[in-house]
Amino acid sequence: MLEVSDLEVSYGGVQALRGMSLTVGEGEIVALLGNNGAGKTTTLSAVSGLVRPGAGRIAYEGDDITREAPPKIVGRGLVHVPEGRRIFSTLTVHENLLLGGYLVRDAKELAGRVDRAYTLLPKLAERRTQHGGTLSGGEQQMLAIGRALVAGPRLLMLDEPSMGLAPLIVAAVMDVIRDINQAGTAVLLVEQNAKAALKIAHRGYVIENGRCVLDGPALPL
Amino acid sequence: MSAGNGAAVQDPPVKPVKGRGPTFVTRFLESRHLGWAGLAVGLLAPFIIATPYAMDVMTSAVVFVMLAVGLNIVVGYCGLLDLGYAAFFAVGAYTSGVLSTELKLPLLATIPAVIVVTVLAGVIIGGPTLRLRSDYLAIVTLGFGEIIRITANNLSITGGPSGIYGIPGLFGDASSDPVVFYYAVLLIVAVAVLMAARLGRSRIGRAWRFVREDEDAAEAMGINTYKVKLAAYIAGAVWGGLAGVLFAAQLSAISPASFTFLQSALVLMAVVLGGMGSTPGVVLGAIVISLLPEMLRGLADYRFFAFGVLLIIVMIARPQGLWPHRSRER
Repeated sequence: MLEVSDLEVSYGGVQALRGMSLTVGEGEIVALLGNNGAGKTTTLSAVSGLVRPGAGRIAYEGDDITREAPPKIVGRGLVHVPEGRRIFSTLTVHENLLLGGYLVRDAKELAGRVDRAYTLLPKLAERRTQHGGTLSGGEQQMLAIGRALVAGPRLLMLDEPSMGLAPLIVAAVMDVIRDINQAGTAVLLVEQNAKAALKIAHRGYVIENGRCVLDGPALPL
Repeated sequence: MSAGNGAAVQDPPVKPVKGRGPTFVTRFLESRHLGWAGLAVGLLAPFIIATPYAMDVMTSAVVFVMLAVGLNIVVGYCGLLDLGYAAFFAVGAYTSGVLSTELKLPLLATIPAVIVVTVLAGVIIGGPTLRLRSDYLAIVTLGFGEIIRITANNLSITGGPSGIYGIPGLFGDASSDPVVFYYAVLLIVAVAVLMAARLGRSRIGRAWRFVREDEDAAEAMGINTYKVKLAAYIAGAVWGGLAGVLFAAQLSAISPASFTFLQSALVLMAVVLGGMGSTPGVVLGAIVISLLPEMLRGLADYRFFAFGVLLIIVMIARPQGLWPHRSRER
């Protein structure tokens, strides 16, 4: 479904990715693990078009999307939930969800998708009119995920969804990710919390210094 | 901005975070009748006072409302700090001034040309600069505002420092009556305010707010942030340009001295003072900024000193503006 090969990205003079390769198959949860600065976030940003790779190739469902603009990539169903949640704290929960459906022009379709997000994440329905900034960390993460769901992802990329959350909440977030996956969406999960991620992932990659050093099924990792 | 207080919460299952529930007054202030009430005040004002001086001040205030509403699209909705907004005001005023005096066109007939020229100006300035982040954008727009003014000061077609005079009224000479002219301007600006408010609630208006709040997240969710910002900039340019036409019609003479940085700063002040992104707030802010110095005339030389002190007090007492924006979508 997604095939990243020999990706190289540098910021100014610093090379963040040196030949990163990975694949995500239909219906899979793939965990991308590694230390701070290993290149996890950069990999996601490159896939979603937010940074331009210097070399390498990104293919999605057979098409080369290496140099496509972010709106086009989202339109293809490749949706990125950025690190640190990045929800809109001065807008209501409902408005945050509507943003996810920005590319959906059909009002009925958009309403249906927002309702589905509420069904999957009932906590958000209770908080519908609250401002994003008044939610707890876990709820904010759920909102970020819900917002991405409204965009209609076929492959959902999550950047550190467990960051700053209590262990119990991390487990709840992971459960939601598993539910989303079971409904047919592939997931690329970037995590420092390897234990939590590998519990739900099918396969995993460990990256170090901008390239993959270890990969395989989740259990042995 | 903090969470909404009681007035923003109306659905029964949600408890207000703090404060009172909706009263008659707050409900009225959030209702759609508010715009009509504002228009009625504008329509009735000449019945209270209609001296030529008062009409002139009120007409200027209404033109200023149009400027503030236009800048609100750029700064309030989209969060782009524009310090050279008077440039578009000048472009509109000069375009209609030059066309109406050189080609003897009626002023209304210059409006299509004004729209084309301001859109072009918006693209030319916005095109390269909107790729920059906010601080740089502010510097570049500041420079651009000065460039336009200095250009007008030096070109012969714009009349150099003495400007253009003999610009016809809005409908030729029929509108020489200041009350008729006031009503014409009021109706045009009312439509412009309504359109700006509708833009703010539209799909693109939503995108503007997302870009204002977090550009990166907006981009990650599939918004073409560059196009969206350019659209805001162009819309602001058109509003400013049309305000320029009204300004030229009112004064019948324009010169570079009307389009200084102070003018840009005053419009920005109206937006910030009223409440960024809030249409009623910005209208109120514009009226305050344009009428207050007139009302303080009794203080003679101390008038701008008092004006400044009052502005500082307002910003300390109400940092989000006199009438801040509240989310309506729920």
